[in-house]
Amino acid sequence: MVEGTSPIPAATPETLTSHSGAIFASLVASLALLMLGASLVGAYPLALGDLVAAVGRRLTGAAPQGQVDTILFEIRLPRIFAAVLVGAGIAAAGAAYQTLFRNPLVSPDILGVSTGAGLGAVLGIFLSLPVAGIQLSAFIVGLATVGLVYSIATLVHGREPILVLVLAGVAVGSLAGAAISLLKILSDPYDQLPAIVFWLLGSLAAIRKGEVWATAPLVLIGLVPLMLLRWRINVLSLGDEEAKALGVEAGRLRFFVIAAATLMTASVVAVSGVIGWVGLVIPHIARMIVGPSFDRLLPAAMLLGASYLLVVDTAARTMARIEVPIGILTAIIGAPFFLWLLARGREGWS
Amino acid sequence: MRTLLAVLLALLAAASAHARTIADSAGRKVEVPPQIEKVFAAGPPASILLYILAPDKMTGWPNPPTAEERPYIAEPYRDLPALGRLTGRGGTANLEVVLQSKPDLILDVGSVRETYVSFADNVQGQTKIPYVLVDGRFEATPAALRLLGDILGVGERGEELAKYVERTFVAIDKVLAEVPMPERPRVYLARGPDGLETGVVGSINTEIIERAGGRNVAEAAGQRGLVRVSMEQIIVADPEIILTWDRNFFGRVKQDPLWAGVRAVREGRVYLAPTAPFGWIDRPPSLNRVIGLKWLAGLFYPDKFLEGLRETTRQFYRLFYHVDLAEAELDTLIAWSKGQAPSQQQLPRR
Repeated sequence: MVEGTSPIPAATPETLTSHSGAIFASLVASLALLMLGASLVGAYPLALGDLVAAVGRRLTGAAPQGQVDTILFEIRLPRIFAAVLVGAGIAAAGAAYQTLFRNPLVSPDILGVSTGAGLGAVLGIFLSLPVAGIQLSAFIVGLATVGLVYSIATLVHGREPILVLVLAGVAVGSLAGAAISLLKILSDPYDQLPAIVFWLLGSLAAIRKGEVWATAPLVLIGLVPLMLLRWRINVLSLGDEEAKALGVEAGRLRFFVIAAATLMTASVVAVSGVIGWVGLVIPHIARMIVGPSFDRLLPAAMLLGASYLLVVDTAARTMARIEVPIGILTAIIGAPFFLWLLARGREGWS
Repeated sequence: MRTLLAVLLALLAAASAHARTIADSAGRKVEVPPQIEKVFAAGPPASILLYILAPDKMTGWPNPPTAEERPYIAEPYRDLPALGRLTGRGGTANLEVVLQSKPDLILDVGSVRETYVSFADNVQGQTKIPYVLVDGRFEATPAALRLLGDILGVGERGEELAKYVERTFVAIDKVLAEVPMPERPRVYLARGPDGLETGVVGSINTEIIERAGGRNVAEAAGQRGLVRVSMEQIIVADPEIILTWDRNFFGRVKQDPLWAGVRAVREGRVYLAPTAPFGWIDRPPSLNRVIGLKWLAGLFYPDKFLEGLRETTRQFYRLFYHVDLAEAELDTLIAWSKGQAPSQQQLPRR
């Protein structure tokens, strides 16, 4: 079928596929371009020629020259990949949660994973642990917080499992928030308090290659079940009863989705610190572009989230001679945008 | 004879009943009793100034001294109770506890900006205890010693210590007069577990760098206080000297491949500041910086300041901190200032 001759091209499955294929191709291409662009800007002047030469040296195994190789391979590229990883992970978790809870106002922190990770990191700083210990503590306490919320929700046999889950998340989350405040009061005001404040604002300034290598597999482990289950998750958005009628066991599926999304969020937040709004806003934009169906929403949200966080982090490291915390930037951009979405109404949802 | 005695007594009584009015650093007129027995220090900088001038008038410490700090604080005073902070980030003192210690005066040292002025007025109005604000900038140290010495009735001691600080300043200025700005060493103050926190030029946390004749590499127009920077910015700034008091960071920096390329690390000019009983270069920003200033001037200009650190330290601790250091304790401090810190046991936190 030739496209131009069809009276209603969008209605046929073939054109729909090729249409969304074009969308995904352009999302991937723009992410790749952004990554290339981000590797060329920064405090250290690095031209395209330097970059090509450095990559050439790396490929041929030639000796590194001066600081260029260090800047590119040890600092800038790890940070770019970290931004991509964090953005994709949080946005994917947000998309999964919004579909799961059938609510567009849900973000990955709804079950307390970010607050829990925050508590873990603050505890690590309070105990003067080294950086790796702080990150491990953030990861573990983040997972444990959601585990606690989920156990409470399964113990409470309500008629509305989702509502119970969300309320338990709110309660445990605010308890963790109180614990953070307590530790802030008890901490050393000269060393620990500033470190706590900076951690809670989120930043990729200190990211290392090793941290990217440690985080990437965890994000993948969380992502694979979401990808494999994407059709069933889609069914969940119809509601538990309808899902059951279609042969999907809502309770068990919900457990897998929560586990996967939590693993992703906890592992990225452990290295980046708390970064708000990305998991809430990005799935909305993705939904506007590819529609609400989860099988397309998930990859679109990941690509958009990766691009978005990369742009924000690049701004954070180039705007001034010091670092601007990412959490501040994402809130400044995210909150007004979200309000605009609200004002626009529920168009595009369901 | 009896009448003479009676007259004298009457005169004394009249004098003691007469409150004096003094002007504090913020220009506030405060009525203080002529005899001040007990003073509540509102925060760590104030407690150090008070401890140095008149330890017998202290009601307690904002934080209890740790096991590591105790040997460097004179005998009866190291056991004073912890009463919390009244001002600054997260006040922890209870006004009733403050009143219970029956102070004749509340003392705060630090910024004399509007926020603190109104806070002082509020507390004074509420407790009916005179509240004195003293300017805590490093440059104002001699003035602070004279003002508080006068208020507390230890004017002679205040004058003696003020002269000591002025002599230190003058000796450094004399050397600096011959060193033009571009020849002064470029210094980075590394804070936090990853060393990527610092204070920008003009912040109270780093003013000791300029005072000792260095140039702080962290500059940001319109920014004050503590900030985060990235590894790339440090490589670009390429400081000649790195200062820190974080033992985790100090222990790691030499093995770290990213820091290895930075000039200070390459040339072995990373220095660890002792923190007992108080920090040598900050932590808190108070009179404790005077010994750090002498130490730093010697590090920045090793051929111009030949005063032996050991004797200087012994003298300073005797004159300011009321302790005659045993040889072993002095050894610990000197080794510490040369990079061999006592191992950081997991002491009970404050």
